[in-house]
Amino acid sequence: MDFVTVDDLAEHRQGAQSWLDTHVRPEWADEQYRSGTHHTDALHQQLARDGILGAGWPAEYGGSDTDPDFARAVLDAVAGSGLYGDGWATTNMVIRTIRHSGTEAQKRAVIAGALRGEILIALGYSEPDSGSDVAAAKTRAVRDGDEWVIDGQKMFTSTAQSCSHVFVLARTNTDVPKHKGLTMFLVPTDAPGFELQPIYTLGGQRTNATFYSDLRVPDSLRIGGIDEGWRVMRVALVFERGGGRVSAGPTLAEKAAAWAMSTERADGSTYYDDPVNRERLARIAVEGEVGRLLELRVRWMNATGELPGLEGSMAKLFNSEAAQRHYGELVDMLGSAGALQPGADRAPLNGDLEAHFRSTVVGTIYGGASEIQRDIIAQGRLGLPKNRPQN
Amino acid sequence: MDLSYTDEQRDLRESLATFFSKESTPERVRAAEPFGFDPELWNKIAAMGLPSMAVPHDLGGGGAGLLDLVLTAEEFGRRIPPAPLIESAVATNLLGRLGGAGATATAGELLAEAVAGDSLITMALEPLRAGVAQLAPAGAVADAVLAMEGDELVAFRSGVGPRSPLEVPPNLGTSPLADRGAGIDERVVLASGPGARAAYHRARQEWQVLMAAALVGLAQTALDMGSAYAQQRQAFGVLIAWFQTVQHRLADAVTDLEGARLLTYEAGWSADDGSAHASTLASMAFLFTSQVAFRITAESLHVHGGYGYTLEYDIQLFFRRAKAWPLAIGDPRDGYQDLAAGLFEHEER
Repeated sequence: MDFVTVDDLAEHRQGAQSWLDTHVRPEWADEQYRSGTHHTDALHQQLARDGILGAGWPAEYGGSDTDPDFARAVLDAVAGSGLYGDGWATTNMVIRTIRHSGTEAQKRAVIAGALRGEILIALGYSEPDSGSDVAAAKTRAVRDGDEWVIDGQKMFTSTAQSCSHVFVLARTNTDVPKHKGLTMFLVPTDAPGFELQPIYTLGGQRTNATFYSDLRVPDSLRIGGIDEGWRVMRVALVFERGGGRVSAGPTLAEKAAAWAMSTERADGSTYYDDPVNRERLARIAVEGEVGRLLELRVRWMNATGELPGLEGSMAKLFNSEAAQRHYGELVDMLGSAGALQPGADRAPLNGDLEAHFRSTVVGTIYGGASEIQRDIIAQGRLGLPKNRPQN
Repeated sequence: MDLSYTDEQRDLRESLATFFSKESTPERVRAAEPFGFDPELWNKIAAMGLPSMAVPHDLGGGGAGLLDLVLTAEEFGRRIPPAPLIESAVATNLLGRLGGAGATATAGELLAEAVAGDSLITMALEPLRAGVAQLAPAGAVADAVLAMEGDELVAFRSGVGPRSPLEVPPNLGTSPLADRGAGIDERVVLASGPGARAAYHRARQEWQVLMAAALVGLAQTALDMGSAYAQQRQAFGVLIAWFQTVQHRLADAVTDLEGARLLTYEAGWSADDGSAHASTLASMAFLFTSQVAFRITAESLHVHGGYGYTLEYDIQLFFRRAKAWPLAIGDPRDGYQDLAAGLFEHEER
């Protein structure tokens, strides 16, 4: 047993920073914040050109010979600079799923296209009447010769406005239990019958409702077997929940403590001088460390070749719930200034705590609400019985 | 990072699990109440060399690391044995570490007795009041209680010991607590100066890690009891384990528990590794685990319904100890203040 977390990317950090300095324009982060679109196409194309997207993938699927560690270091540096790369995040989940469940032709076409930056894929699981109960999807796909005709609506198809495709979960069989009549399709967003409407969120991100009317896709864009969509999607969900992402650099508690130590209140004392705030910060540090270890466990299991389903659920549950408590406490600590948003002159820490207070709301909802994670944990770890109607 | 147990660690866990489940059955735990000490069980623990397992080989100990003691304390906590293993292991380690701190001859004698399994040594975790270690853990049965008084590390000794105990005040954890020190004992200086102070601080830190480990074990058993009960008790025509409110309480419990275990292992490992974070990790592991372990025992008791409130069901044995054991080092709010200082104030030094 050891808890050494060496920075295995240390030798690439400097190179990644130079890449960032050369290619990333400072106004991109502001654009993302203003528009709510968590994707910047110019950045994405540069990542594709430099083989960063294709690093580590086999050559026959369009992989590049860029060092995968350098590529990870660049993506880390991009994220660290405050830029979101949601388009690549969902695309990466889908192409990993295709590598697992797709045909050889799909692997050659779709994965290669994605790595070249030409294919960008949004997730089309949730619907107006189904979110966490994702297998209740009503969007229909009906076979017509070599094509499928898709009709229905998807909700929270984030980044679809920038994407070439949506990874759509559709019902292909209504005569069997709900999990057994689903199939996955890669739907082109330029196909006739596709429409989208923007939806704006509390956290600032723009998402979409997407509509599919008499939309035709060739059978070659079906991913996995007919009526086997649930199995395909579960693979994709493991990639979504169990990323094992651990950020380097100062923790939230450390950043907040540094601010609290250097900022005076009306009576001349600092925020940090207040023992209540010191306890708040210490508690946040403790839960932050527990959350980090739960994520590191997922990463370790991934590295040893295990599929960390339950452990990914635990990490997601603990960290998403903790993040809401932490930002809530820190906004309280700031008092009236805690309400100031990014862009306000006097906003403490540039309004970062307020912005996260809003954006972390979705953490306990997306990717399976906390209730779903708790069901998975209670049944998987403790052996408690299935408790939902099984249909 | 590697979270797997070595073969030696796996063997250690298995043999201790067997030992404690055989020697510390709920009947045996109950039989020792309200005194909270079973001399026969203590003799076995001492004869196995568990209190001195982390004392270096050349001083007669087992030469193990703190992480091995963590695994031992976890198995100990699972069966809540009425014997003060955590305190005695920490106090014995402290004696073993005094060599370089200008220790007196008495320190060496005490260590030799402890390593031989002839003496039960414990330590006071809170500051003395007028020379008295109030409610010292295992104070009622200890041959010697170690305490820090000013710049001096002292031992309190009289004729008290496992065979001639003091009276125990009724207490939540049914632990053999007692006042020791001025007016009760002879006071012998073991060491003094910064070395003594550092060794005492290190021992308190070890106690926090080992108490966290014992509470991880305790909470695991309590959680298993709640989860088993939920799968045999029916209400409204179904097992109560079927209800989502029951499942979700227990799902949060096991998530917190696995996080607490990782944090406690990390604290034990970092002490062995000589990490600069060992002190803050010890306090993090203790504060998080003591909060979580109590909550888990409370949830599990609650799942038992009215039976959980009766003395007949075993869950109360765990509930009481989960609250009482960590109190030995004081109010957790003080722990958070110390932790904040350790975490955030280093840059100003």
